[in-house]
Amino acid sequence: MIVGSQKPIDEIWEMVKDFKKILVFGCNTCVAICHAGGDKEAETIATLLRMRASQEGVDMQVDHTSVMRHCEPEYFDPVMDDVKKYDLILSTACGVGVNFLSDRTGIIPVYPGINTSFYGAVPEPGVFEELCAGCGDCILHMTGGICPIARCSKTLMNGPCGGTKEGKCEVSDEMDCAWYLIVERMKMLGTLEKLSEVLPPRDWSTSRDGGPRRVSMEHIRAYEEKEGEKTETAGGKKE
Amino acid sequence: MKSGSNLERVILSGQPAVTAELGPPMSADGHEVVKKAQLLKGNCDAANVTDCQTAVVRISSIAAAAIAFQQGLEPVMQMTCRDRNRIAIQADLLGAAAMGLKNCLCIAGDHQSFSAAGRLKGHPGAKNVYDVDTCQLVSIMKKMRDNGLQEGGDTLEIAPKFFIGASWTPMGDPIDFRPVNLMKKVNAGADFIQTQGIYDIEGFRSQMEKIRNMGLHERTAILGGIIVPRSGMMLKYMDSSVAGVSVPKSLIDRMMKAKAAAGDDKKKARQLQEGEGKKITVELIHQVLETPGVRGVHIQAIEWESAIADIVKAAGLYPRPNIPAE
Ligand code: SF4
Ligand code: SF4
Repeated sequence: MIVGSQKPIDEIWEMVKDFKKILVFGCNTCVAICHAGGDKEAETIATLLRMRASQEGVDMQVDHTSVMRHCEPEYFDPVMDDVKKYDLILSTACGVGVNFLSDRTGIIPVYPGINTSFYGAVPEPGVFEELCAGCGDCILHMTGGICPIARCSKTLMNGPCGGTKEGKCEVSDEMDCAWYLIVERMKMLGTLEKLSEVLPPRDWSTSRDGGPRRVSMEHIRAYEEKEGEKTETAGGKKE
Repeated sequence: MKSGSNLERVILSGQPAVTAELGPPMSADGHEVVKKAQLLKGNCDAANVTDCQTAVVRISSIAAAAIAFQQGLEPVMQMTCRDRNRIAIQADLLGAAAMGLKNCLCIAGDHQSFSAAGRLKGHPGAKNVYDVDTCQLVSIMKKMRDNGLQEGGDTLEIAPKFFIGASWTPMGDPIDFRPVNLMKKVNAGADFIQTQGIYDIEGFRSQMEKIRNMGLHERTAILGGIIVPRSGMMLKYMDSSVAGVSVPKSLIDRMMKAKAAAGDDKKKARQLQEGEGKKITVELIHQVLETPGVRGVHIQAIEWESAIADIVKAAGLYPRPNIPAE
């Protein structure tokens, strides 16, 4: 899932204070699970903004609503007419949601209500951990299922640096050293000898260094097109 | 001969090699580099010029190395993977070679968070690069030198001929992987290795036994790292906080005793500790050089370059061999 955390309310206030009619727009999937931007959090932010507005003597209308996902139009299309009645949308979806919505709201700005951090898992309630950086060319089969790109502070590909100490990363005692974990895990799996090989410099163009990425699944697009044709013909709409 | 550098010639001659370290200043003070180069010249076969060590902004390794070279001190330019992508790395290597530099040590580099330590603000918010890692950097340099090719495959009419070095932390975690770590650097093309500072001779010797069994000592020249202790506090700090370094209690006790002997006299306490530190260094140099498979020492007197001359003489490693270029 995508993990984010709420922006400080003072920062949000600075962003929105000059607008008159604001919609705090939540997203009920990933960011709801990490308690950053679901319906509940959108409601809280809206309340805090109303309080702040009255404290500062600013005339401002702040409402909130939410949909299941900001990253697929079918979820927000039904509420779009209402959304477009505001002069600012403060989206508490992840950055993907903010971008996606922003491309579709014409002259109405969409501002971010949260800081989107990473793709992560929930090892225990209230804790979120980054485990993959979406590099576009997965090598987990060579590193014991533990990602050196997302989890090593230097994205090293050929083993630990000299900074590992008692299994922790040189950056902080609170951070596991990914390479320590990889070596221990591969020992357990009996595949340590795989690490003897020198991995050559990577082609980072599959990662974000190649510009924004797009995955297009032709078989699904072909299927959708065919289905579309069928319904259109059935409905007598064709031509 | 791969590079024809003085360091390479000394190593090939079979005599124990001595490298030292020159830390460039945190301002545009070229005189400081000249001063340090003069202190080291003649007392080592080559001196590492650090590359923004602990991620603190200093005169760049390549520029400081060029100044040292003009002063007649052979530099080992250090290059971290932290601050440059493969384009900048190769461009710098071409430039360094064009200026006559012949040794380069590849290292990952300290994380940028290290820069904000003590009284320094540093640049902990910097973005690090790590386009390539140390092994990959070594292999790029080798490909340039031996195949006359850039990493991407374009040809180099004149190839940069570097004597390629890499660092190694023999006693780092996970300890049983460290020999493999060294093997990878050697397989990638490291001609020489400088190790992390060694105080625990027994631990080092047991790792070196594994290295000899793997035959790595014959494929690369291992220079044992010695960090000159300057005070008891420094040794304590290194023991508790520096990764891959453990300091036997007996050495810490010796330094603390030297300090105590001065009573309240701070100046004397410093002198006594520095004297003891040099003595310890000389002992360590001998113990490291007696370890089979070791071909030299890398002596780091951090921000204390003036100590090197005494140490090298006291260790019986002076004068340095003069092996003319072919
Ligand atoms: S190798 Fe790439 S895709 Fe695989 S887990 Fe790591 S960042 Fe994600
Ligand atoms: S200590 Fe481990 S995780 Fe941290 S930078 Fe070094 S190898 Fe990577």
